[in-house]
Amino acid sequence: MDLSLLTRLEDCAWRLEPRGRMRVPAVVYGDEELLAEMDPRVLDQIGNVAALPGIAGAAYVMPDAHVGYGFPIGGVAAFDPDRGGVVSAGGVGFDISCGVRALTTGLALAELEPKKKELADLLFQSVPAGVGAGGRIRLGAAEVDDMLAGGARWALERGWGEPADLERTEDKGCARGARPEHVSQQAKERQREQVGTLGSGNHYLEVQVLTEVRDPRVAAAYGLREGEVVVSLHSGSRGLGHQIGTDYLRAMTLAAREHGIELPERELACAPARSEIGERYLGAMRAGINCALANRQVLAHLAREAFAKLFPGSELRVLFDVSHNTCKFEEHELEGERRALFVHRKGATRALGPDHPELPEDLRAWGQPVLIGGSMGTASYVLAGTREGGERSFASACHGAGRSLSRNEASRRFGGREVVDQLAARGILIRAGSKRGIAEEAPGAYKDVARVVEATQRAGLARIVARLEPVVCVKG
Amino acid sequence: MPTPQAWESFAHASDVGVRGRGETLERAFENAALALTSVVTDPARVAARESVRIECEAPDLELLLVDWLNAIVYAMSARGVLLTRFHVELDGLRLNAEAWGEPLDPARHEPAAEVKAATLSGLEVSRGDGGAWTAQCVVDV
Repeated sequence: MDLSLLTRLEDCAWRLEPRGRMRVPAVVYGDEELLAEMDPRVLDQIGNVAALPGIAGAAYVMPDAHVGYGFPIGGVAAFDPDRGGVVSAGGVGFDISCGVRALTTGLALAELEPKKKELADLLFQSVPAGVGAGGRIRLGAAEVDDMLAGGARWALERGWGEPADLERTEDKGCARGARPEHVSQQAKERQREQVGTLGSGNHYLEVQVLTEVRDPRVAAAYGLREGEVVVSLHSGSRGLGHQIGTDYLRAMTLAAREHGIELPERELACAPARSEIGERYLGAMRAGINCALANRQVLAHLAREAFAKLFPGSELRVLFDVSHNTCKFEEHELEGERRALFVHRKGATRALGPDHPELPEDLRAWGQPVLIGGSMGTASYVLAGTREGGERSFASACHGAGRSLSRNEASRRFGGREVVDQLAARGILIRAGSKRGIAEEAPGAYKDVARVVEATQRAGLARIVARLEPVVCVKG
Repeated sequence: MPTPQAWESFAHASDVGVRGRGETLERAFENAALALTSVVTDPARVAARESVRIECEAPDLELLLVDWLNAIVYAMSARGVLLTRFHVELDGLRLNAEAWGEPLDPARHEPAAEVKAATLSGLEVSRGDGGAWTAQCVVDV
C-alpha cells in the first residue's frame, strides 16, 4: 500500500481523504510495516465502500486487512437507514457470523500433559471436522427453522449447554429479527447434517495454554490465569450461511441497479436497508448468525463431553463468543449525535468498551473480551474492548492474522507431514483429515498475529489481556 | 507455443481461483467445473459412478458461470458427492448439464478444503483472439 496516499493521524491511524466517488474518508489502522505490506487493492476496496449510499462517519480498515470480495477482509462500515443507507451481502460475506468461542477449563497444563495425546485423539473423534464430516445431529425441516430462530438458545433447550453460556455470547445467543422464511430451501438443505461440525480451511478447535498475562486486572476479571488450559474454537454458519451469502449476493447484485446504486464491483452487492430485499436479507442474515451461534454452542458441548471423559470434574466455562462477519443494527455517537446504524464488520470483531449496556454485568467494568484466533501452530490472543474504540471504529477490532501466502503457494512450499512433525517437535499435536489441507494452513502461510494485536492496541481499538499458545489443534 | 492447460486453479490472496478453457463456451464451463473439484481433491481420484442433473439460467454469461459452479458447490455440500465428469449444453443464457461422480469418501479422497461458494471476484468469461473461451472466478474456501 502506498503510504504517500495517506495522512498519518496518529502512531497507528492513517486517513485516506475522500477522492473520486467516496462520500466519507477512510481510516486505516496499523503500523507502518503492516500498511506497507498491505495489498494496495485494500485501499481501492475501502474507497468503494466509502462511496456507498448512506455511509456514516468513515470507512475503517483493521490492521490485519487483506483483499476481500467487494469489502476488504478487515473492513468496517456503518450505514444510516434514515439517510438512504444500505445493507450489503458483500459486506458480511459468505461465512456469516464466523467467529471464535473460548472456554476456560480450570486445568493446569501439567494436569493435561499426561493425557494430551489421548485428548487429541478423542477430540478428533468426537468433533466432526473437515469436508464431508456430517454432524451427529440430523434436523428435520421444522427443526432447522427452530434453530434459525433460536440460535444458541435453541441448542440450550435441546440440552447442549448451560444458561451461563448465553450471557457470554453476543446478542445473548440469539440474534433478534431472524426470519427463517427468507432463507432458501437450498440453504436449509445444506444444514441438515452440518449442525455441530467444524468445517475446513482456517477453522479449528484448539486446546491452548495461557502463556502470558499482559493485563493482570482484566485477566483476573475474565477468569484467566497463566499456565491454565483454554479451549478455543473457530467456526461459522456452515453450509447454510454460505448459501445465504450466495443467494443474496446474486440477488443484491441485480437489485442494486434497480435501486439506482452503481456498483464499482459487483460484489459490493447491496440494497437500501429499507427496501424489500434489504429487509429480506437482514432477516436471512440474522438467521445465519443464529445458525453460527447454535453451531458453536454444540461444538462447545462436544468439547465439554470429551473433557468430562478424560478430566472428570473439569468445568469448561465460556469466556466469550465473538462473531467477525456480521451486520448489526447498533447505536453509535457520531459528532455528538446518537444514530442508529447498520454496522458491517467483514473480518472484524465487535469490541465493546467498558460500561456498554450490552455487556453482562460481571464484564461491564472491563470491556468485552475480543478473541483473536491465530493460525494452526501460532499464538492466539484475548483482548478487551476500549472506550475510545467506540468512536474510532464503531467499536471494532481485528480478527486474526490474515494470510501472507496463497493456498496454492503454501501447498507448493510446505508438506503436510513435515508441518505436523515440526509442530510435534514443539509439543503441538495436530489432528486433521487432509495432508494438503494442513500444508495450505501451515503457520508460515500467515502473517504474524502478534504484530497485528500490538498495532490494534496502539491504535486504541482494544487492549491486549493475554496470550495463548496451542497444545492440540483439530483441523478440518 | 504450448497449449494452455484445459483447467487449473490459480493463486488468490486468501482463497483460490478456478479457470477452465475450451474451444467452445460449453467446454470452458466443463473445465472450470473440473478446476473447482480440484480445489477439494484430485479429480482423477473420483469415479464417475452416478450422475446429477443441473439446470440454471442467468441474466449474463458471468453470472451463469457463478450459478453453474455454485450448483456444483451445492451438490457437494448438500448431497455429499464429488463430481469429476461434466457435460454442459447451453441455450443462450440457459444451462443444462449432467455431471458424474460419487459420494465423498474422506479416507480415499482426502479432501483438502471445503468450498463455501463461487464468488464474483476474478470473474471472467471471455473469448481470446484464437477463438478459445476462458471461464474463471475465485472460490471462497
